[in-house]
Amino acid sequence: MKISRAEVEHIADLARLELSEGEITQLETDLSQILEYVEQLNELDTTDVLPTAHVVVKGDVLREDESRPSLPSEDILSNAPRTQDGFFRVHAIFRKGER
Amino acid sequence: MTLHRLTIHEAHDLLRRREISSVGLTESVLAKMEQCDPEVRAFITTTPQIALEQARRADKLIAAGDIGPLTGIPVAIKDNICAKGVLTTCGSRILENFVPPYDATVVERLRKEGVVQVGKANMDEFAMGSSTEYSAFFPSHNPWDASRVPGGSSGGAAAAVLANETLFALGSDTGGSVRQPAGLCGVVGMKPTYGRVSRYGLIAFASSLDQIGPITKDVTDCALVMNAIAFHDPLDSTSADEPTPDYTSFLEESLAGVVVGVPMEYFAAGLDQGVEERVRDAIQKLADLGAEVRDVSLPHERYVVATYFLTSWAEASANLARYDGLKYGFFAPDARNIVEAQSKARGRGFGREVKRRIMLGTYALSSGYYDAYYLKAQKVRTLVKEDLDRAFESGVDVVVGPTSPIVAFGIGEKVDDPLEMYLADLYTIPANLAGLPCISVPCGFHEGLPVGLQVMGRPFAEGMVLRVAYAYEQSTDFHLQRPPISL
Repeated sequence: MKISRAEVEHIADLARLELSEGEITQLETDLSQILEYVEQLNELDTTDVLPTAHVVVKGDVLREDESRPSLPSEDILSNAPRTQDGFFRVHAIFRKGER
Repeated sequence: MTLHRLTIHEAHDLLRRREISSVGLTESVLAKMEQCDPEVRAFITTTPQIALEQARRADKLIAAGDIGPLTGIPVAIKDNICAKGVLTTCGSRILENFVPPYDATVVERLRKEGVVQVGKANMDEFAMGSSTEYSAFFPSHNPWDASRVPGGSSGGAAAAVLANETLFALGSDTGGSVRQPAGLCGVVGMKPTYGRVSRYGLIAFASSLDQIGPITKDVTDCALVMNAIAFHDPLDSTSADEPTPDYTSFLEESLAGVVVGVPMEYFAAGLDQGVEERVRDAIQKLADLGAEVRDVSLPHERYVVATYFLTSWAEASANLARYDGLKYGFFAPDARNIVEAQSKARGRGFGREVKRRIMLGTYALSSGYYDAYYLKAQKVRTLVKEDLDRAFESGVDVVVGPTSPIVAFGIGEKVDDPLEMYLADLYTIPANLAGLPCISVPCGFHEGLPVGLQVMGRPFAEGMVLRVAYAYEQSTDFHLQRPPISL
């Protein structure tokens, strides 16, 4: 599979990765080469094979719905680059007047 | 002072008899670290103050007669396992200032056992790599030859154990990251059955494959560490609710009645001839010890690397979505909106290899490609697992082979050829895809560098895996050989 520059940019956008010009060029080559390698899986007929996403098959593990002590919020916030009034501070997500 | 050369069980005997103190042992290890870490560079963070404080506490416990197998024993912890209050970078710029507010379950348990934490070991960024060259900070060096890699991703942990900068280490293994560096350094490394050891507090790479495992100087120590870290943890929903046997009870010197399977597909193009000879000698030794050796076939072996790629990239791209520069890590002050903030933080905070895998994983999961790539890999994962199921159903107790097709390579040799580096994981990957317990134990030297023998068992048959590794180890002296720098 040959990956184009536009595809690299599209995937980077989906993955929220800002890339430099040099990185985009390098990834065009790398992604094309590595995807070509993995396409050898197409040699196998897997029509009737069930997928294995996980080797542990015990279903959902539930706990009692009881309150338990958790970490203090100041500990949780201690690694955040920006906080305010006990919250993570982030950029505005909605514009003024938008709902 | 040569206390740093002790194994866990040797140090424990001396501590129990009060012939040495944990402080004395710790000081010896810290002195060794100070002397050789400028060359080996096994650690991202060293914690001598914490270590000495814990050693003093351990000595008090021992004086009161309260001693367990790991009390007062120094440990290095891979830098993707959270230790409360200690910088945990995961080998990445994006977490270069991250100080976890909690302990991983394994770390909490080791603390309760009275261990001494000497530091956080270097690793490939987010455990993505086979050499530690993808650490965002610096590569570690193989104590046998400083111009060579120690393997990876738990390369710092394996190098630290070999150089006697700790008595043991905890690593993590997603596609071979405990066993391959153990093999390339000539120490013992085990990946337990998926679910055997809690992953709570292990920074996630590929959640269906990741397991924490011990890196030790010998197999007895591996069994002792497994005794401490294998238990059910309600904080990890994939943690197994299986009883934990005393793993040391499996250590015996005869292999009478044990059936050893040797996959013919393992001895193919790409396997270094010198490595092959050492491994074939080791298999002969297993037969001499009383094991029955049989050929087995794993017809899908040649597809394991591609299957692992797609599975681990997809899981990684999802797991690493949490690094958005808001809750922890990098912040881009010049960002104008939230998308830019995330993209800039991730673009600057992640290294080249991590970006490459996030890109590949995002692509494999993206609309129009999911079935062709990710789902296809999940189906082939079933075939790989069925190959191993068939081998074990045929009466084989363990499957053995080389840990790595090559010995430790030169720093810089493969760093620009990702595909070639990835292909060296072909023997270690199946145990992760199938969730099986697997160990690497030293089986000799080729061109002066260690070769590892890999032993893989049925789910939760760590005991059998340890038994075979122990019997082999005790019939050789490879595990006793150490490079000059470690003495």
